[in-house]
Amino acid sequence: MILDQAPSTGTERTSLTLRLTVNDRPVEAVVEPRTMLLDLLRGHLGLTGAKRSCDLQVCGACTVLVDGTPVSSCCTLAYEANGKAVETIEGLARYGELHPIQDAFIRSAALQCGFCTSGMILATKALLAENPHPTHDDIKAYLSGNLCRCTGYWNIIEAVEEAARLMAEGDE
Amino acid sequence: MIASASRTTGHAVGQDVPRVDARAKATGETKFAGDLLVPGMVYGKILRSPYAHARIRRIDASRARQLPGVVAVMTGDDVLDINPYYGHAIKDRPLIAIDRVRFVGEPVVAVAAEDLETADEALTLIEVEYEELPGAVTIDAALAEGAPRLHITELLQTGLFHGLGELKPQPGNICYAHGFARGDIEESFERADVVVEGEYRFPAVYQYAMEPHTTIAQWGVDEVTVWSSCQHPFLVRAEIADLFGLSAADVRIVVPFLGGGFGSKSYTKMEPITVALARKARLPVRIANSVDEAMVTTRRHGMKAWMRTAATADGRLLARQVRAWFDTGAYADNGPRVVATGADAAPGPYRWDAVKVDAWGVYTNTSPAGSYRAFGATHLQWIGEAQVDEIARRCGLDAIQIRERNLLTPGESVRPGGKPLDADLIGDVKKVAEGLDWDSPKPANVGRGVSVGLLAAGAHPVSTAFARMEADGTVTLYVSSTEVGQGARTVFSQIVAEELSLRVDRIKVVGGDTQVTPYDRSTGASRSTTLAGLAVQRAAQELRSQLFSIAARLYGLPEMALERRDAAVWHEGDSESYTDLIRAHFGMVGGELIGRGEVRPENNDGSYAAGPVFWEVCIGGAEVEVDPDTGKLTVRKAVSVADVGKAINPKLVEAQEMGGVMQGLGNAIYEEMLYDPGTGQLLNGTLFDYHVPTIEDLPDAFVSTIVENGDGPGPYGAKGVGEGSLAGATAAVVTALGDLGIRVTELPATPERIWRAMQQTQG
Repeated sequence: MILDQAPSTGTERTSLTLRLTVNDRPVEAVVEPRTMLLDLLRGHLGLTGAKRSCDLQVCGACTVLVDGTPVSSCCTLAYEANGKAVETIEGLARYGELHPIQDAFIRSAALQCGFCTSGMILATKALLAENPHPTHDDIKAYLSGNLCRCTGYWNIIEAVEEAARLMAEGDE
Repeated sequence: MIASASRTTGHAVGQDVPRVDARAKATGETKFAGDLLVPGMVYGKILRSPYAHARIRRIDASRARQLPGVVAVMTGDDVLDINPYYGHAIKDRPLIAIDRVRFVGEPVVAVAAEDLETADEALTLIEVEYEELPGAVTIDAALAEGAPRLHITELLQTGLFHGLGELKPQPGNICYAHGFARGDIEESFERADVVVEGEYRFPAVYQYAMEPHTTIAQWGVDEVTVWSSCQHPFLVRAEIADLFGLSAADVRIVVPFLGGGFGSKSYTKMEPITVALARKARLPVRIANSVDEAMVTTRRHGMKAWMRTAATADGRLLARQVRAWFDTGAYADNGPRVVATGADAAPGPYRWDAVKVDAWGVYTNTSPAGSYRAFGATHLQWIGEAQVDEIARRCGLDAIQIRERNLLTPGESVRPGGKPLDADLIGDVKKVAEGLDWDSPKPANVGRGVSVGLLAAGAHPVSTAFARMEADGTVTLYVSSTEVGQGARTVFSQIVAEELSLRVDRIKVVGGDTQVTPYDRSTGASRSTTLAGLAVQRAAQELRSQLFSIAARLYGLPEMALERRDAAVWHEGDSESYTDLIRAHFGMVGGELIGRGEVRPENNDGSYAAGPVFWEVCIGGAEVEVDPDTGKLTVRKAVSVADVGKAINPKLVEAQEMGGVMQGLGNAIYEEMLYDPGTGQLLNGTLFDYHVPTIEDLPDAFVSTIVENGDGPGPYGAKGVGEGSLAGATAAVVTALGDLGIRVTELPATPERIWRAMQQTQG
């Protein structure tokens, strides 16, 4: 981190220069100390897949992975991602090929309006990295921080199980 | 009113086709209103009232105006050159507070700035001096003698889409009244052997579409353009044109994908204030609500009701009388329609000798209430169904038997002058019973319940669609239904694919844009598949007849000798692809065919009284377990029956059911907006404090059955889906509690309320 300007009480703003990777791409960004990771992604980088909803770390719509750990980017300072690897939904499909979790969400009709989907898929990715064969209860516990108002969740559980199967097959 | 087509399951219709928008949604590519950038766009923020009822004495925004980066500051004074009052039912709401505020959260000052942080900072520099006025926060306070009046109701004007007959000025804080009586109610109660009576309360509920309302407005020289998360773009266009004195053609409403709606984005919400701010700023302005702002923008009506139901000793239902007061908040919004729909649904789908219903919308000093999925039905079904079950118990019948004995059958009148019943309710109830394994023994502390009701669905039946067949044989479909997540674009693609023997991926559906896509009344009331879908089917059929007429000319054969399959017109073993036909028609590789479809009232005037388009069946079942020590309720099983006429996409129907049931459980068990009765402050105005069901709140099991009797007015005999499961689930939780002898009279059924009800039963 480089402090570009001394803190001041005037109307001019302090800025920081951050260096991180976003979806494996090196990024250098000049932000204010108060800038949230979600605003860095959506505003500075144009990555609008992470969504703003509750602003309180309750709904999970803004979930992204920082060094593989799911975080609510609306409540994480951009500075906290300095020097780290951020993964967003835009980084999941490679060369037009969907990630198995994306595939499973589509096949299981686990998305409707799509507003929770980015966060739900990234939370699932973190879950399956920690626990490749989760039970129903494991899935419920892990995804309890990701709200969905459309699907009633059943198809999301189905999708996570399907994704676990697909990924296990892929590893064989 | 609309002829139903024969039942078919084709190569596209009746199939679990994956959503056409799924790939873009799973990759995060889908753009919602908040993801759009308009060149030069600035950011709007709103200073909202901290008081439930106050006079604005003075606003000093001079320091905010001087803050670098601030582009415009707007107060009520800035809109006095127009008539700033709007409201599709009743024009009672100024687009920004004028002299007075009527609820906590009402917009008082709007600021546009180069970035959000500056706009936020500007809000802190604005001084508003209020003179607090006595408020009426609850229904009881608003109806009390000498209560402060929110509006001079005698002076209120009807909105553009009142649609409920003449607006009669009401006394005091009554916004709207709707009632009816059939038969001799007093006589029926006098000869009854069993009467059940009670008072009940239903809470205000937040719809929580995950995407809060977001609007971008641009006040251009030639046109006002609005990108908005709205369900009814044409109704928004009409209200914006009316407010600002513009022609309809000069207002363009563009609707991206919506992050859920559930009624919260129906009619006009943030568009007027955003357009007014853009007009002042002379730059495109975006206003994006936060969740706490969305919560005070619209909500479901809280309600208090009194109901009594009469029956003979052998369980024949005789009469029902209902009085219900709906809390519409400070402004009517969709209150009148909620009141009317709620009143009409109050008798339930039974055969009565007499019914009498009186319902009122009541202004209170709380945030405005409007539509929420299954409005009307959800409010009173749980009460009516609990009373039916209570009668059954007293008559020694079970819940299925009393319904078999009294439910309306297909073709019977639901209400005078309206559409007769178009569903097999007894068959549906039996399917719920099957799903609950009704006759199996119940463990201790486990109760089972069913509930059934009807909802007037479809709203006003006007929809249009265009379909362009391009020279390569693909179809672009222009239809204004908003994709809120329900899967409208997928179902429309399936209909076109079916009618034209195309693959679903050869069809593209364009999103709503009032300058491009043709008129559709609205997206709500479970109407898109039925009505817009019918317009889409007709547009595709018109394309088909053009293709056949070109082919008939080419072959020199009558059209009857031709058939279609695999994107071609065939005569015996010979075929001409659509591409070849278009080339033959235009004499070159280019040109396109255009088909048009229209749906309008056919056998009646489309009025509310003559409707509905169809009766949506609101049905559900629940098996619950209650902890006798704590009153904690667990839903062991939820059952839904989707009586949809024809499932064009069974997987999407099931998805609607699952989502509707979960919201219904939320309404029954968890959700309640709590207002301080003194100050009118919303006490649980964040998702920390307001509990939306999470994945951990899932019932242990969910069983859903799709009923396809081909009895709907839509394409292939379809009728809408999406709302009934919500009302059905809410009421089924209540009847399942009733099965355990727990009589809940106030929702949500929290552990405390259940525990208290248990003490009462035992006492």
